[in-house]
Amino acid sequence: MAADTPVEYIKHHLQNLTYGKLPAGYERADGTVIQESTWTMARSGQEAMDMGFMAIHVDTMGWSIFLGVVFLTLFRFAAKRASTDTPTGLQNLVEMTVEFVQGIVRDVFHARNPIIAPLALTMFVWIFLMNSLKLIPVDYIPSVAHAMGLDYFKIVPTTDPNGTFGISIGVFLLILFYSFKIKGPGGFAKELSFTPFNHWALIPFNLVLELLALIIKPVSLALRLFGNMYAGEVVFILIALLPLWIQWTLHVPWAIFHILVVTLQAFIFTTLAVVYLSAAHEDH
Amino acid sequence: MNINLTLIGQSIAFAIFVWFCVKYVWPPITQAMAARQKKIADGLAASDRAERDLELAQEKATQELREAKNEAASLIEQANKRANQIVEASKDDARKEGERLIEQAKAEIEQERHQAREALRKEIATFAVSGAEKILETSVDANKHSEMLDKLAAEL
Repeated sequence: MAADTPVEYIKHHLQNLTYGKLPAGYERADGTVIQESTWTMARSGQEAMDMGFMAIHVDTMGWSIFLGVVFLTLFRFAAKRASTDTPTGLQNLVEMTVEFVQGIVRDVFHARNPIIAPLALTMFVWIFLMNSLKLIPVDYIPSVAHAMGLDYFKIVPTTDPNGTFGISIGVFLLILFYSFKIKGPGGFAKELSFTPFNHWALIPFNLVLELLALIIKPVSLALRLFGNMYAGEVVFILIALLPLWIQWTLHVPWAIFHILVVTLQAFIFTTLAVVYLSAAHEDH
Repeated sequence: MNINLTLIGQSIAFAIFVWFCVKYVWPPITQAMAARQKKIADGLAASDRAERDLELAQEKATQELREAKNEAASLIEQANKRANQIVEASKDDARKEGERLIEQAKAEIEQERHQAREALRKEIATFAVSGAEKILETSVDANKHSEMLDKLAAEL
């Protein structure tokens, strides 16, 4: 690979392929200085960091959109061919997943909202697919990318906080939307001000507490998923640093364990998102 | 590990996927599943009904069989009775006919005996007359003595 020392190897594997804007007069990794601000691929971690907010992780976006399209294509295909006859193959799989998600939603979501169940399905399957990329050995796809001239390539979108926060922000916006819609601005404000202590003197305290609780929801959602996936990825990379003949003794159990983690994290993310949305629908 | 535009891109992708799922994926699948559920439930109900129908039909069949058997038995009994009657009647007829024939034969026998007796009597009368003539050596006028001869004949 492109790295010589273990630390470089790990850093290299944890760096996203970043496309972003470098300011004028910036000295690049190879020593050249650019005259005007330009959009370009980052050639080092430092460059990617210096691009700041005006940058995009091409690998994260590419893989997540690709997997989203795979998910929707598969499910749309099954949906088109769905019939009341005996289901076979793909349709069985799709219906099992749908039923599973329906079960989650039925258990925790008691209001009526036709958006929630498909939302949960999208989250569950999409996150599951993104997490599953982890089971591909860490060097395979980056090697291919490297052969194609791309310095960095991190394939698992859920090991990128942008990926997980992107989804949880979507959930957060929906929580706000439904809180306002169902409870009304007044009702929502009242809930934030008068819980957990129903006394006017404690309104500021309640507000701080409730706003924190509100904001912590998307943060915890995203960080939980990101943390689990990132830590698992780091361990996979560390295992990949071991001598070849011993790797499998650790890689196999860790990968088998991750079949559980991949599914579990997708499940937890989905369930908690549905729980939060359910709370947003409760009108006191 | 930098927070950047990817965040927004990811949110937009998520929103688009959710929209597509809500609109084009979820409804047809759940509808098909609900329809299949209903179909299966209907099928089960129909099979239950069919089972019950079969039971009823079997019951009815046994009952009809039983009735038919009863009817057949009663028919056979009637036929037997009738046959007995017929046999009895024909026996009766035969006996009567036999009796009649016997009567007739008896009558004929009687008649013939009578005739034979008459003929014998007449013959004897003639014999008697001719015997008497021989005895008396005189002819007997049959006409003159017919009364006496008849008396004689009647005594024989």
